[in-house]
Amino acid sequence: MHDKVLCMGNHLEELKEIRSMMQKSTRFISLSGLSGIFAGVYALIGAFVAYQYLEFYGNIRQFFASVGLNTLNNKFIFFLIIDASTVLVLALGTSFFLTARNIKKNNESMFSPTAIRLVINMMIPLVVGGVFSLILLSYGYIGLVAPSMLIFYGLALINASSYTIRDIRYLGYLEILIGFIALLDSGNGLFYWSLGFGVLHIVYGTYMYFKYEYKKDA
Amino acid sequence: MLENYNKAFESRIRLGVMSVLMVNESADFSTLKSLLEVTDGNLASHLKALEENEYVEVSKQFIGRKPNTTYKVTPFGRKAFEEHLKALETLLKK
Repeated sequence: MHDKVLCMGNHLEELKEIRSMMQKSTRFISLSGLSGIFAGVYALIGAFVAYQYLEFYGNIRQFFASVGLNTLNNKFIFFLIIDASTVLVLALGTSFFLTARNIKKNNESMFSPTAIRLVINMMIPLVVGGVFSLILLSYGYIGLVAPSMLIFYGLALINASSYTIRDIRYLGYLEILIGFIALLDSGNGLFYWSLGFGVLHIVYGTYMYFKYEYKKDA
Repeated sequence: MLENYNKAFESRIRLGVMSVLMVNESADFSTLKSLLEVTDGNLASHLKALEENEYVEVSKQFIGRKPNTTYKVTPFGRKAFEEHLKALETLLKK
């Protein structure tokens, strides 16, 4: 009897080991939920600054509903590109730092095949979306930029979810949904951008942090 | 059912190698080493055993000047591992 129990324990261990190896060799699991929270906070600050700036020099709804390039629009576009790039750099930098910290804890490597696969698969839709948005801007299709950023970001997350914690897939679906709502409700781009990149990131980052990291940190 | 419980997969390392190769197209030596946390010699001898059983196939090429050895599971190895998994599950259900 005792023997059988011991034996069953071993087989269970064996199955667990198989599962863990399959998971570890295909998915990069050190993405930090905290980085989502930070990205969200930066996005909200960036959106707030943009709102103040646009409202000070013009009318935000008018700007987002307008098509075409003129002196005022060019000035706003230039400001928004700087603003959004700052948010992006801060968010990426923080996430890199926090992920590096998790990597040590999980015994993973920054340059493992899983990490590289994740970055490549996330970058493809993201770079395509970035170039696409810049081309839209160059024609002055201002109202389409926030929705396309949200939609392409959602696609990037869904694509990336095969190579990391699966849950980010649902964040991707939500970003796409918000992107389409923004597309239909033109003139409110900045609001939906803040909702998608700010609020959603904070909510999701918090959820992920408590689900995967909080216990390990304590 | 016990005859399907494959002795070749009894070691943790061989089991680990097969698990990794089942879900990846191929894996190189250093990746396997860091995933399984084993020494070079230990991993090499287990890989040799799997190769002799024709469960994995080896290909050697050069990346620049560095030799790079990659491993793939063979169809025969895939079948053997799947049977081993089934045997494990049946044993657990008993």
